[in-house]
Amino acid sequence: MFSLTPAEIEALLLSLRISGVAVLFALPFAILVATALALGRFPGRFILDAVVHLPLILPPVVMGYLLLIGFGTRAPLGAWLHQTFDIRFVFSWTGAALASAIVSFPFQVRAIRLSLENVNPGLYQAAETLGAGPIDRFFSLTLPFALPGIIAGAITAFAASLGEFGAIITFVSNIPGETRTLPLAIYTAIQTPGGELAAARLAALSIGLAFAGLLLSEMVMRQIRKRATA
Amino acid sequence: MSIGVNIQHKIGNLALDVEFHILEPGITALFGPSGSGKTSLINIIAGLEHPNRGHIQIGDHVVFDHTHRINLPARRRRIGYVFQDARLFPHKTVSKNLYFGARRNPAKLPREEQTAILEMLGILPLMGRRPTALSGGEKQRVALGRALLSNPDILLLDEPLSALDHARKQEILPHFEWLRDHRKIPILYVTHAIDEVARLADYMVVMEQGKTLASGSVFEMLGRTDLPPLAGQFDAGTVLPARIASRDPQAEVSFLDCAGQRIVVPYLGRPASDRVRLHIRARDVMIARTAPVGISANNIIPVTISGISNEDGETVDVTLCFGHDADASLLATTSGRPTIHARITNWSAKRLKLGLHQKVFAVIKSVTVDGQLSDHS
Repeated sequence: MFSLTPAEIEALLLSLRISGVAVLFALPFAILVATALALGRFPGRFILDAVVHLPLILPPVVMGYLLLIGFGTRAPLGAWLHQTFDIRFVFSWTGAALASAIVSFPFQVRAIRLSLENVNPGLYQAAETLGAGPIDRFFSLTLPFALPGIIAGAITAFAASLGEFGAIITFVSNIPGETRTLPLAIYTAIQTPGGELAAARLAALSIGLAFAGLLLSEMVMRQIRKRATA
Repeated sequence: MSIGVNIQHKIGNLALDVEFHILEPGITALFGPSGSGKTSLINIIAGLEHPNRGHIQIGDHVVFDHTHRINLPARRRRIGYVFQDARLFPHKTVSKNLYFGARRNPAKLPREEQTAILEMLGILPLMGRRPTALSGGEKQRVALGRALLSNPDILLLDEPLSALDHARKQEILPHFEWLRDHRKIPILYVTHAIDEVARLADYMVVMEQGKTLASGSVFEMLGRTDLPPLAGQFDAGTVLPARIASRDPQAEVSFLDCAGQRIVVPYLGRPASDRVRLHIRARDVMIARTAPVGISANNIIPVTISGISNEDGETVDVTLCFGHDADASLLATTSGRPTIHARITNWSAKRLKLGLHQKVFAVIKSVTVDGQLSDHS
């Protein structure tokens, strides 16, 4: 029963690629935003915090709609990107990656921020008295301290991206081989007469992926904890 | 190397208004009760906090000047800061911690000097470890080494011993003495422990509620009874410079010369003419109207009363000037003659009818020599 059709394999690989690109693309921004939220004291910090967390509570369909308004080919930003860099998000897998990145962004920020907030701020003062400037301190202290959060956050965000449905289908539609990820393929199979078996196979696959992600993150966290106490 | 500080700063309810100048290398104790603004002051000197007004000079460099809008960031002030809580980087080995500052300073110490510092601190065997695997004393030694290897112009120590137990303190103190005696670097040492001041400091800045009450040599400062933060101290007393006059290993004693007065202490195992410092606590000094005989105390010194303070309190601080001669009775506190203090009960003072210019005898129960309690008769 578990031989996948080429279309299903395509959906699986597409899901992995979109989630992978989304997580990697969002990571540098997540590190910067988490650092600013954990260590920075600036006006508008509260607003930044709220905006970052918005995708967690906003209906994904609304997220997709906002993206369509912002990055559609007739929207100013979308048109500009299309003309200047030949980047088109609508009806393209890159658009699915953008939607996944934004939706899973809060998971990355929260995890990184959590590991930074456990750090004694006095360590930064010590580094300063020893001659380390802001950028030096970022690379010699902030980044190593953030590492457990970066890894945990990336795994969680990757898993969350794999399941994204609403924002993707609203923003970039359901195009086989381009934007039809696993959840969209499951949805399509259920809508198709006689597609129950395919839907079950794909659902089982999704459950397997989720378990693998959980196991991986648990293993990584255990390694990190071991290293920290060594 | 000189240090000049003159700053005004408001932190919450505390108005910091500090002025002092140090012209020579050596250890300067910033002494005062907790909450007197010592840590804020040292953070301001380090550049971690910024004062409202004032001027700070370290050596030839003006690091802060409000009127000329100079405010060097901490990393350019060439300071070595040892924090109360060590603040070692937990993700780096001891070795990486030690060289963190040195790697970032273009004016590095010569290799052999670096090794000498690491050897003196006894941290070479710890190089591969992580800070979490170190004891409190080891952490503080590594923090001190890290600050020294960065080759600073000045060393700032913020109560570096207060988090340690007595044994660990004894493990660290000799290193500070080594620094004072062998490296020509000025050290600002924040503390509220008078015994650390008496043992280590050359100069002393006395602070209370954000203000400098007085500053000067430690011998002069500890001899003053008019400074509230000092007078209230259980360990209050006097520090006197002395020289080893002769020694008698058979009798197991050393004789010290303190401004012409002979002081007997248990054998020190150090050569004659070595300089030492004596710390005589006021509570260890008794007063006798006549020279006592048949008494276990080794040091009975003829003295003249040159001051009596706090006469209404439960205890009285009596200032005693060495000698019974005419000079002493002129209350020669200004003549540079050594004075010590005796803390006795008010009742004793009344019973003995003590008064100014009176010639009496100081019976010293114990003397601390260079931080080592040396006479407990």
